[in-house]
Amino acid sequence: MSTVAETSAAATTDARKAGDWLLVATALLLCIWVLLPIYLLIINALSSPQDVTGFPKRFFPSFDLGSLAFFINFAGVARALWNSVLVATLTMILSIGFGAPAGYALSRFDFPGKGVFRFLVLMTRAFPLPLLALPLAVMFIRTGLDDTALGLALVHTTLALPFAVLITFSLFSGIPVELEEAAWTLGCTRWQAFRKVILPLALPGIAASAVFAFTISWNEVFAAAVLTIENRTLTAFLLQSLGESPLYLKFAGGAALVVPALIFIFAVRKYLFAMWGIANR
Amino acid sequence: MINVLRKLAGAALALSLAVGGAHAQQVLFWSTQARPVEETQKMRDQVLKGFAGPVDYQVAEDGPWLTRLQAELQAGSGTIGLLGGLHGDFSTVGASLVDLSAVDVGGVKVNEAYKKLGTLGTGEQKYMPWMQATFLMAANKQALQYLPSGVDLNTITYDQLIEWAKTIAEKTGSPKLGFPAGPKGLKHRFFEGFLYPSYTGSMVTKFRSPEAETGWNKFKELWQYTNPNSTNYAFMQEPLLTGEVWIAFDHVARLANAFNQKPDDFVAFPAPAGPAGRGFMPVVAGVAIPKTSPNADKAKALVAYMLKPETQIATLKATNFFPVVDVKLPDDVPASVKAFAPVIATMTSAPDALPALPPMGLGDLGGKFNQVYTDSFERIVLGGEDVHGVLEEQAATLKEILDQAKAPCWAPDKPSEGACPVE
Amino acid sequence: MNGKALPYLLLMPATLFLCIFFLYPFVLVAFEAVTRDGVFTLDNFRTMAASWKFPATVRNTLLLAAIVVPIQLAMALLMASVVSRLETGRSAALYIFAIPLGISDLAAGLIWLAIFDQSGFLNTLLSGLGIVDRPIMFLGYQSKLTIFIAVVLAEIWRATAIMMVILVAGMGLIPKEYYEAAEVFGAGPWKRFMRITLPLLRPSLQTAIILRVILAFEVFAVVAALGGTNLPVLMGETYNWQFTLQDRNVAAASALLILAMSIGFTLFFLRVLRVPKEARI
Repeated sequence: MSTVAETSAAATTDARKAGDWLLVATALLLCIWVLLPIYLLIINALSSPQDVTGFPKRFFPSFDLGSLAFFINFAGVARALWNSVLVATLTMILSIGFGAPAGYALSRFDFPGKGVFRFLVLMTRAFPLPLLALPLAVMFIRTGLDDTALGLALVHTTLALPFAVLITFSLFSGIPVELEEAAWTLGCTRWQAFRKVILPLALPGIAASAVFAFTISWNEVFAAAVLTIENRTLTAFLLQSLGESPLYLKFAGGAALVVPALIFIFAVRKYLFAMWGIANR
Repeated sequence: MINVLRKLAGAALALSLAVGGAHAQQVLFWSTQARPVEETQKMRDQVLKGFAGPVDYQVAEDGPWLTRLQAELQAGSGTIGLLGGLHGDFSTVGASLVDLSAVDVGGVKVNEAYKKLGTLGTGEQKYMPWMQATFLMAANKQALQYLPSGVDLNTITYDQLIEWAKTIAEKTGSPKLGFPAGPKGLKHRFFEGFLYPSYTGSMVTKFRSPEAETGWNKFKELWQYTNPNSTNYAFMQEPLLTGEVWIAFDHVARLANAFNQKPDDFVAFPAPAGPAGRGFMPVVAGVAIPKTSPNADKAKALVAYMLKPETQIATLKATNFFPVVDVKLPDDVPASVKAFAPVIATMTSAPDALPALPPMGLGDLGGKFNQVYTDSFERIVLGGEDVHGVLEEQAATLKEILDQAKAPCWAPDKPSEGACPVE
Repeated sequence: MNGKALPYLLLMPATLFLCIFFLYPFVLVAFEAVTRDGVFTLDNFRTMAASWKFPATVRNTLLLAAIVVPIQLAMALLMASVVSRLETGRSAALYIFAIPLGISDLAAGLIWLAIFDQSGFLNTLLSGLGIVDRPIMFLGYQSKLTIFIAVVLAEIWRATAIMMVILVAGMGLIPKEYYEAAEVFGAGPWKRFMRITLPLLRPSLQTAIILRVILAFEVFAVVAALGGTNLPVLMGETYNWQFTLQDRNVAAASALLILAMSIGFTLFFLRVLRVPKEARI
């Protein structure tokens, strides 16, 4: 501010204060917009069946844990939860393992076939998976991948891969190629330059794609219901029964599905946060 | 981060390969029935516990159920030991089901009409009837004060129902009749098995008759007093419990929760009668064995077990579906069963009773057959299109379906030589 | 390492993967779309288009995407700007904004149904405040407009986070010096946003928009939960053909239509938001 005249500096401060106030208000408003529906879900999940179907609704839960307890005691929930975590973790690893190199290649090289590849990747998201489930299931039954966590993770990876490729692509595109070139002139090999210079910068974005992969896998129902039987994921396990269950169980089941995902996002929040942090470099 | 990922990868891979061991001894029971969590739980804990051998009862929505089955049939090998589903679920996969006529059910007498349904129009027992249900009306007791005088619920007609619903709508200020017309609701069965037979005495042949037009016009009249939220309802038990709806038509299993939660608040009564009689349709669920079953012998034993009187009673308690074998109901049944059983008896033995069977011999065209009725409903009632014009158009589609399937008529239509005609 | 082969090597794993787990089953399904009983035919497309619901499904799908995606874009930009400017509570805000990522479309449909239902939270609030005497029917078949609005709100709530995360990652890569320089020259916040943020955010914007549009064409679960049969969309009709009417050929044709629409719009946005090489940071 030292270059600016004092009078205008005072005006700027006022404007800035107003701006700050507006900023905070907007942030609060947006938070309420996001949190309110979640809060309503939780009210319903923690209320007695009578409250869930009753009218008028209460805006505070009656802390009836019956519905949630039903799920926790439902045979096989623990195992299904474990399967879900396993499949989601595998999906995360596979989609980044396949996606990040592709994203890097797309951002750093111009080569024939580049457009075709980007297209193929996008197409995977543009075709409804439930229709692909039949040929995939036939293939899996024949190869023994059927009813394994790995098999399902492979299918979920096709869903998550476009995110991984495109997010890493736009990230790598945003990291100046000069940084890498500088590292090469300082004697780094391409791999070393990537690891020491690019990767640390890209890590938050990679974490973001990991979050995507995890949540996509976590919430996918159809393939999970077809491709796993003994090793059902929590989503398939709950949602197959939930569609026709009474309302109070629907809400409890819905909450049971949401909470682990929230915990996961919370666990990786510092990477989400770090996404912003690079700007301070 | 990288190290953590690497460790996770190793652990996850090792685990993913370790699990998934074979359960050759266990019969996988792959079912579209008893899907509500509480029912699934009861099927496992109370119904299947008594079988000599482990059974894994897994439910799936229709889409995954069929996709999985088709995949196993295409691959030529599978894990599904026994299938559970509705009559309509089996019609598409009839050719891939094992003949069950040799299954020894002991001395149990299985309903003959349903056994015939289970042949799917072939000479083989493609599925074995497992349990049955039907549709009934249910009313909140608050609605009874508006019942037009002289109306007996046990002999109610469509005209009386319209008048009743009208009175309620006028007195309370909002329409209080409910109808499961949502995407997952069973509305098509209402038109096929209740409205059409009641007005035309037929399901197929008189599809575009003047009597059918009368039926649709009456239904339009009734619809004026129907809660517009009906197009979102799948299960009428919830709107009944919230009080959004006072009178409802639905599958007994989809009304049961209202009666079980508040037994004193609701009454059940038979489906209404029209000029041609009191049309009603049973819902038949069956069990079948796919040709890819890894343990067909065990599965056959399980079929016989499912038909044992004790199992049938346990199934009734678990699912609100009634037995398909001759058996006396015990006293310790849920409130819903207590409310429904006498009403079903009244309805089926009424002097004007006109039973209709679920569509037979349509193969994989069953879904399209139902669509003819739901499309007619959506166009006539929701879209406000001309009744006559819609019926003419839909009748052409219906005729095409029946000709293609070469399906002869079924009740209440008179048996036909060759494909059932649409007059 | 040979520089020319490197990009292909990097793309190899993802390509192989997609060929096996996407392209192979996709070709099988696409084949079903253009054949019937093994004979080549376009009848399946004709059957699909002849259905009386077809025009409405296409119209609703396009209309929903046309309304939802721009609003989401604006909100995602707002959220991302707020996050990057907040000084305290930044990570909390980012976490909260990201929460809907972890919520499946089925759960989201359930939550918003609890709000708009006749005996739901919105009616409780309205009648509690004395604005209405009796609960309003928001989702009845005659009130297509309120159904549409409810679906739009639910979709905005559910799927804005995807764009937000991509944009936050992109914003983090814009060097802070640019803003400082602009501030020195007296550019206000709005001008800085228009002149610096938006142009430099282009790669991320492109990714976010394309992904979101593709996903918008596949909207289904939320629409089904709130609209029942009143708001038919393409994806719902595809499922209907596949599972209710059990006509895999027409279902495949319908899925190909979704794919074709996605390809069309992807090409459009790739062109409009093209990132010229010289414009990169």
